[in-house]
Amino acid sequence: MTAAPRARGTTELRAVPTSRGQARSKPNTRGDASADADQIVGFYRDMLAIRRFEEKAGQLYGMGLIAGFCHLYIGQEAVVVGLQATANKQDSVITTYRDHGHMLACGMDAKGVMAELTGRRDGYSRGKGGSMHMFSREKNFYGGHGIVGASVPLGTGLAFAHKYKGDGGVCYCYFGDGAANQGQVFESFNMAALWKLPVIFVIENNKYGMGTSINRASATTDFYRRGEVHGIPGLRVNGMNVLEVKEAGEKAVANCRTGKGPYLLEMVTYRYRGHSMSDPAKYRSKEEVSKIREESDPIDGLRKYILDSGLADDAELKEIDRQVKVQITEAAEFAQQSPEPDQTELYTDVLVSV
Amino acid sequence: MPIPVLMPALSPTMTEGKLANWLKKEGDRVRSGDALAEIETDKATMEVEAVDAGVLSKILVPSGTDGVAVNTPIALILGEDEDSDAQAKAPAEPAAAKPAPVAAKASEPAAAAPAKTNGGPAPATGTVITVREALRDAIAEEMRRDENVFLMGEEVGEYQGAYKISQGLLQEFGAKRVVDTPITEQGFAGLCVGAAFAGLRPIVEFMTFNFAMQAIDQIINSAAKTHYMAGGQLTCPIVFRGPNGPAARVAAQHSQDFASWYAHCPGLKVVAPYSAADAKGLLKAAIRDPNPIIFLEHEILYGQTFDAPEGPDFLLPIGKAKIERTGKDVTLVAYSRMVHLSLQAAEVLAKEGIEAEVINLRSLRPLDVPTIVESVKKTNRIVAVEECWPVAGIGSEIAAQMMEHAFDYLDAPVGRVSQADVPLPYAANLERLSIPQVENIVAAAKSVLYR
Ligand SMILES: Cc1ncc(C[n+]2csc(CCOP(=O)(O)OP(=O)(O)O)c2C)c(N)n1
Ligand SMILES: [Mg+2]
Repeated sequence: MTAAPRARGTTELRAVPTSRGQARSKPNTRGDASADADQIVGFYRDMLAIRRFEEKAGQLYGMGLIAGFCHLYIGQEAVVVGLQATANKQDSVITTYRDHGHMLACGMDAKGVMAELTGRRDGYSRGKGGSMHMFSREKNFYGGHGIVGASVPLGTGLAFAHKYKGDGGVCYCYFGDGAANQGQVFESFNMAALWKLPVIFVIENNKYGMGTSINRASATTDFYRRGEVHGIPGLRVNGMNVLEVKEAGEKAVANCRTGKGPYLLEMVTYRYRGHSMSDPAKYRSKEEVSKIREESDPIDGLRKYILDSGLADDAELKEIDRQVKVQITEAAEFAQQSPEPDQTELYTDVLVSV
Repeated sequence: MPIPVLMPALSPTMTEGKLANWLKKEGDRVRSGDALAEIETDKATMEVEAVDAGVLSKILVPSGTDGVAVNTPIALILGEDEDSDAQAKAPAEPAAAKPAPVAAKASEPAAAAPAKTNGGPAPATGTVITVREALRDAIAEEMRRDENVFLMGEEVGEYQGAYKISQGLLQEFGAKRVVDTPITEQGFAGLCVGAAFAGLRPIVEFMTFNFAMQAIDQIINSAAKTHYMAGGQLTCPIVFRGPNGPAARVAAQHSQDFASWYAHCPGLKVVAPYSAADAKGLLKAAIRDPNPIIFLEHEILYGQTFDAPEGPDFLLPIGKAKIERTGKDVTLVAYSRMVHLSLQAAEVLAKEGIEAEVINLRSLRPLDVPTIVESVKKTNRIVAVEECWPVAGIGSEIAAQMMEHAFDYLDAPVGRVSQADVPLPYAANLERLSIPQVENIVAAAKSVLYR
C-alpha cells in the first residue's frame, strides 16, 4: 500500500478531498506530503500521546479527580498534529474548550495540562482555569475558551497583532462546525479579509455540535465555502489523514505569510466520545461511531502506512507506544500529587496590580 | 495485578448510579475504548469505556445493581502482558482507588420541609416532583392552553434538553412548536423578540444564562425597551429561561449569577424560583404575562424533589416573596439555591437558640420590599444571600431598600453574603471558598446579632 491512510467513515469522509480549484485526486504519497520519515513517525507519536492523554483524562474524570466539563479530542488528533507541523515559533494558536490536544501539539507539557485538569497548583493556570481554560505565553497558546464562537474574533485579533507588529506570525484559529454559525464568526471573516490579516480559520467539522448534526444546524454544510463572500479561499480536507492535513496547512500558511490574508480550512473529522463527559450521545448510532473507528481512525491509519511503507517497523512503533504510555502515566501521577492551590490564590490575578 | 474498573462519575453532580447492564462478559478481550457496561444516572444512560486493554477477568457488580457509589470497583481487567494464572492468585478485593480530593459535588440533602405560604395559594393537593419535572409540566400545560406559545433553543427538541427540561415536549407538540436552533444566541433571541412583537409567545431556552450574554443586547435593547419606546403600542410577551449561577466545577465562563444584571433593567420582570412549586407556578405566570420575563433557574436544584400542587390552574404571582420559615431574631433573604442554604443555616442557628426567618424572594424585579420590611420590623436584623458578586449585587439593592424603608427598625447594618469578588476558580478548594456556604450565612447572621 502506497497511499496514505484515507478516511472512509461516512460519505462525506469518503468524498474528500474536494478542495476547490485544484486537482487533488491523486492519492497522497509520502513524497507529495513532503514529510520525511522521522517527521511521519513523530506524527504517530504525537497523535498517540494525545489519544492516551485523553483516555487517561476520561479515566481520572470517572474517578472524580477531574470535574466539571471535560471535552475529549479522541478521533480528531490528526487535525491539530498535522496543522501545527506547519507552524513557526512566532505563530499563535487559539481554540475552544476542546483544547487538550491543541496544547500538547503546541509543545505544552502533559504534566502541566493534566495538573490543570485536576485543579492543582502545578497546572498551567495554577488550578484556576480547568480543562477549558489554559494558556501558555511561552508557546503562544492563547486558550482554551468556553463560549462557542467567542474565540474566533480573538484569533482574528491575534492575527491583527501579528500584522501590526510585523513579526511574520500567523494565527491558527480553531473552532467547531457548530461555532461556525455564530454571528461573530462571520464578522471576523469580513474583518480578516478586509484587512488581509494572517489568520488560518480551521473549522473542525466533527459532524456534530453537541447533539445536533451539521445538517440540522446549518443551511449549507460546505463549511470551507463560508468565507467565499469575503473572498477567503477555502479547502475541505480529510482531517483523518495527518499528511493531507499538513499539506493543506502548508498551502494556507503560505497564503497568510505572503500577505494575501486569511485562509479557511474545513477539516472533516469525527469525535468518538460524547460531547463532554456527561453526554449520553443518543443522537448517533453505535454503528456510526464504530465504523469510523474501525475504518478511518487517524492513528491506526498512519500506523499501517508507516509499516507498509517501511518508515519504521513494528518493534519501533511498540517502543513508541510504551514511551507514550509512560509519559502519560507520569503526567497523571504528577497531576494527582501536585497540591491544591494555596487559598491565598483566590484573590490573586483578578487585576494586574499597578 | 488485575486493574480494577471503578464506577465512574459521569457528570459534574453524580455521586452514585445504577449498573444497568454489562455489555461484555467475563473472559472477553477488551480494547481501550470498548464499551463495558451501561450506567444509569438520573439524567441519562451512559456507557463505561475500558481504559486499559486486556481481558475482563471478573465482574464484581452484577447487572441491575442500584445505588453503586462512584469509585466502587465494578470489575477487574487483566492487563495484556499478564498470563491468566495471575488471575487465580489475584486478591479478591482489589486495592481501593485513591479517594477523590475534596468532594467536588456539593451535598444537597432533600429540601427542608415546606413552611406556610404567604406568597400565593397554599398547595392544595400535592405530589412530590423534581424542579425539572415542574418546569417541564409548566411549559407543557401552557403550550396546551395557548397555541401561540412555543419553545425555542439549543438542544430543546431531539436531544430532549441539555438539562432534560424539555423531555417529551417535541413528541407531544412537534417540531413547529419545539424548535432546535443552531448555536446562535443573539440570532434566535432576536428572532423570538420579533415573533413576540407579532403576537406569538416564545419561550427562549438558553442552555445556560452564561450564553445569554451573547444575546443580552436583544434582551435589553429590543425586548425590554420597545413597549416604552413605542408609547405602549407594541408588547413583547416572552420568557427567557435557563439555568443561572454556578453549577459544579465548571469554572469562570460557565458559573455566574446574572440576577443583578437583569434586575437592573426597567421593562423586564426577573424571577428566580427555588422549589418545584415556585418553578411551576412562576413559570406558568411568566408565560401568561404580557411582558418580557427573565426566568433564572438553577442546575443544582433541577434534581431536587418538593411537594408541588397539581393541576393546570396553579399560578404564583410574580412580585411576591414567600416566607419559608418564620423566626424572630434575624431575617435571611435569598433566592434560588441560596434559599436552600439559608434554610440549612436557619437549622444550624436554631440549635444555638437563634430563630431565623427565611424569605424566598421568588422575584427580583419587582422586589417584594413590603414583605422584607415587615420581617425586619420584627427581627430588626437582616442578611441578604446571593450568588452574584457583591458589587452592585442584589444584596446592595436590599441594603439600599432597607435604608429607605426600614432604617428605624434596624439594630445592625444589613449583612451580605455573596459569591467572592473574583471570576469563579476551577480548583475544588478555591471554588468552595468562593461560592456561599452554609457556614458563611451562619457567620453573617451571628455578626448582625453581634454574637
Ligand atoms: C455561546 C455558547 N452557546 C452554547 C454553548 C454550549 N455548548 C458548548 S459546546 C457546544 C457545541 C459546539 O459544537 P462545535 O462548535 O461543533 O464544537 P465541538 O464541540 O464539536 O468541538 C455548545 C452548544 C457555549 N459553550 N457557548
Ligand atoms: Mg462539532
